[in-house]
Amino acid sequence: MAEITSLAEAVRHLIQDGDSVAFEGFTHLIPSAAALEAIRQGKRDLTLIRMTPDLIYDQIIGMGLARKLVFAWGGNPGVGSLHRLREAIEQDWPRPLEIDERSHSNMANAYAAGASGLPFAVFRGHIGDDLPKVNPTIKRIACPFTGEQLAAVPAMRPDVGVIHAQRADRRGNVLLWGIVGVQKEVVLAAKRSIVTVEEVVERLEAPPNACILPHFTVGAVCLVPRGAWPSYAQGYYKRDNGFYKAWDGISRERGTFQAWMTRHVMGTGNFADFEASLKSAAKEALRD
Amino acid sequence: MTDLGYTADEIMTVAAARQLRDNMVCFVGIGLPSAAANLARLSHAPEVVLIYESGTIGAKPDVLPLSIADGELSETALSVVSVPEMFRYWLQGGRIDVGFLGAAQIDRFANINTTIIGDYRKPTTRLPGGGGAPEIATSAREIFVMLRMSPRAFVAKLDFVTSLGHGSGGASRAAAGAQGRGPTRIVTDLGILSPDPESRELELASIHPGISVEQAKAACGWPLRIAEGLAETPAPTEVELATLRNFKSRSEAAGTGRPQRAKAPS
Repeated sequence: MAEITSLAEAVRHLIQDGDSVAFEGFTHLIPSAAALEAIRQGKRDLTLIRMTPDLIYDQIIGMGLARKLVFAWGGNPGVGSLHRLREAIEQDWPRPLEIDERSHSNMANAYAAGASGLPFAVFRGHIGDDLPKVNPTIKRIACPFTGEQLAAVPAMRPDVGVIHAQRADRRGNVLLWGIVGVQKEVVLAAKRSIVTVEEVVERLEAPPNACILPHFTVGAVCLVPRGAWPSYAQGYYKRDNGFYKAWDGISRERGTFQAWMTRHVMGTGNFADFEASLKSAAKEALRD
Repeated sequence: MTDLGYTADEIMTVAAARQLRDNMVCFVGIGLPSAAANLARLSHAPEVVLIYESGTIGAKPDVLPLSIADGELSETALSVVSVPEMFRYWLQGGRIDVGFLGAAQIDRFANINTTIIGDYRKPTTRLPGGGGAPEIATSAREIFVMLRMSPRAFVAKLDFVTSLGHGSGGASRAAAGAQGRGPTRIVTDLGILSPDPESRELELASIHPGISVEQAKAACGWPLRIAEGLAETPAPTEVELATLRNFKSRSEAAGTGRPQRAKAPS
C-alpha cells in the first residue's frame, strides 16, 4: 500500500546496502532526485539495473557505491561516453565493477517476465552476437511446438524499483504518460518500490487506457517537483540538453567530478537545495 | 572537400537519406541514422514511418533529437508504446522494413561492434554497448548502416560482435536463424558499400564525387573489393543541402536554449 512520504525517508527505509536497485527511465522521467538521495545516504554495494544507464549511474558508480551493473547501453546520448562508468570498467576506479551486459530486448522481456510472475523470459534474440559468450544468464531454448531456437533469460526481480512519474493522487495511485519505457514493469517486478512525482493531486482524471500504477502496487510516493531533471517530465519541463553536454566536462576527470559531487550533492540536504546550489554556481561562473 | 560546397558528413547524410522511400517503416538508431532518416522525411519521403526504440511510432520531430527519447519524438508521434511492447509486437512481430544503425566498427561481412575494443573483461576502450541493435539487426527486413570510413572503423577482425551482419559470409546469417536480408547498404563519408550477392563480402558500390578509389581502399582495414560497374554518388542537390542545414540549425538553436516550463495537459 503506497505511503506518501519524504524522499529521504523512503530511501532510508526501502533501499538497503547490497540491494539490487533499478532506477529506471528511458531518457524521459529519469529518477534523478531519488538516485542523488541514495548517494547522499551512502547506500553501498548496490547492484544497479537499468536498460540505459546515464548520468545518475555515472554518479553512483563514480562515488564507489555500486558493486555490479546490469545494463544494455551505457552512454551519454548524443554526447559520448559516461566517463565514470568507463573508468570503473577500464581502470577499476574507484573500485572494480562487475558487468552483466544484455540487449534492450533482453532486459525489456526479463522485466516483463518479472512483472508476470514467470521464472524466465523467452524471445527471438541474441542471434549471432557475442553477448551469450560473456553472459551465462543468456541461454537457448527450443520452442516445444515448432522447435525454433529462442533466447531465454531469468526474470528480472529487483529488490527495489525506483521511477519518476508526473502525478499521484492522495491515495498513492500513480499516473505517467509520454515515453513510459519499462517503468510499469519495473514497479510490478520489484519487491519494493519508490515513485517520485511532479505533483500530488486530488483526482488523477486519467483517460481509461492511461498508464497507471494502482496504490496497492507502490511502496512509497514522494513529491519531488523537477525530480527528473536534467531529463524531462512531459507536460512539466523539457530535457536540459545543455546539462547533458556540460556533464561531459564535469565527469571527465576524477577531481572535477568529486568536487562537483561534494559541493552540489553531498553538500546539500535535498533536491531543491541541489538545484539552488547549481544555480548559485552558475551565477558565480557568470561573475568570474 | 571544401571546394565541392558540402562537407563529408553532409554527403554521407544525404546519401543515407536517399536509401529510404515513402511508406517504409524504419527503426531508427541513435546518432547519424536519426539525422539521415529525418532528412528523408523532410525531403523526398514525407510518408516514411520513423520508429524509435523508446516507443515512439510515426515520430515527426521538427528538430533533431539529441537522444532516442526526446520529448520532441513523443509529442509528434502517432503513438507511444512501452519498450517491452516495442520490442515484442513491433520489432519481433516483423513490422519493421529497415533497421537503420550506427556502428563504431564493422568487418568485411558487415558484422558490427559497439561494445569494446580489446579484451572483454579488461577492455582498452569500453563503448556504450548494443542497446536495441542486436535484435534490430536480426529482426528487420533489411539493415542500413552508417559510419565514417577509417582503418580503425573498418577492421579485418572485430574484438566483439555486438550485432550480426552476414556472419562469416555466404549463407551463414540465415543458418544462424536471423530474420531478414541483413545489411544491404553501408553508407560512409567516402562511398556506399553493398554485400556481394553470393559471398556476402562488402564491396564499394558507389563512390562520392571527388573521392578516389585509392582513398577508399586506404580507409579500409581489409583489401576492399570494388564492385563491377562502380557508380558515382550524385552530388547533394541544393534542396537536399538546404533542408539538411535548416534542420541542423533549428536543432542547434533548440539544443543550446534553456529548458522551458510547459503547461501540464489537463
